[in-house]
Amino acid sequence: MKEQDIQDELISIRSMMERSSKFISLSGLSGILAGVYALIGAGLAYSLIYSGDGFFYTRDYLIADDNVTQVELLSKLIIIALVVLALSLATGLLLTVRKAKQKGQPVWGSISRQLLFNMVVPLIAGGVLMLILLSRGYLGIVASASLIFYGIALVNASNFTFKDVRYLGICEILLGLLAALLPGYGLLFWAIGFGVLHIVYGSIMYLKYDR
Amino acid sequence: MKIPFEKLDKAFENRLRLQIMSILVVNERYDFNSLKELLDASDGNLASHLKALEKEEYIVVHKSFLGRKPNTNYEATDKGRKAFKQHLDALEQIIKNQKTK
Repeated sequence: MKEQDIQDELISIRSMMERSSKFISLSGLSGILAGVYALIGAGLAYSLIYSGDGFFYTRDYLIADDNVTQVELLSKLIIIALVVLALSLATGLLLTVRKAKQKGQPVWGSISRQLLFNMVVPLIAGGVLMLILLSRGYLGIVASASLIFYGIALVNASNFTFKDVRYLGICEILLGLLAALLPGYGLLFWAIGFGVLHIVYGSIMYLKYDR
Repeated sequence: MKIPFEKLDKAFENRLRLQIMSILVVNERYDFNSLKELLDASDGNLASHLKALEKEEYIVVHKSFLGRKPNTNYEATDKGRKAFKQHLDALEQIIKNQKTK
């Protein structure tokens, strides 16, 4: 057995271990784009909520008090959030499928199924909880709760993909807790969590794995 | 310098078997179709190598049904894990020896 053979052997072992246990086709670029969509969405939401004077002042609770504009404004905000979510998911899916093809990894294999399952459970729990809170008028908690549950979903899913996802998740959780401490600044935290952090994470992933 | 070729496991001489084992040591269980897809191997080829590893008692087979479709899962045994580790150690040793030569 020559040294070259052994090297090949080791490379194939390593690649099999990685490809069989981790979903390595997540695209960094989709993270960056998701962050950009979130920032645009947050900007739109900001212009809707804070049309009056003042900068980052606590209008979250003012919306809750004003019954005339509340329903209309809230439905607009929810539509913005859903559009951002749909765009991010579509971009993520498209770019991930493309990368999986390049890497020769099945998009819908046992690993991606486990990844998705681990991610979806906290997201659904969080989503339902947020709907319940919203229906009871606890608007201020939504930014915090969405960041925390999203962070938990990421940490949970990180066992099946790059470890970088875990750090992103931890950052989202910390940010969510901070947002809970400072009610009224929800939109700002939301923009940092879903916008800025995604762009930072996406750029790191892109530089590390995409090229 | 003596090169410990004899420490290399005969069962892992085949590349495909070594790859199967690499997958099974990092995953609790892996099913036949996923193995096939990942390794890009033919049914017959993969089955015969899995059989060989099973005969060595390096892996165990779990057969079950998903609805009506048969679903065969494979799991590495402790013996298999140990053998795999020894094989890797031996490979490492060979490389080290060659570097110092």
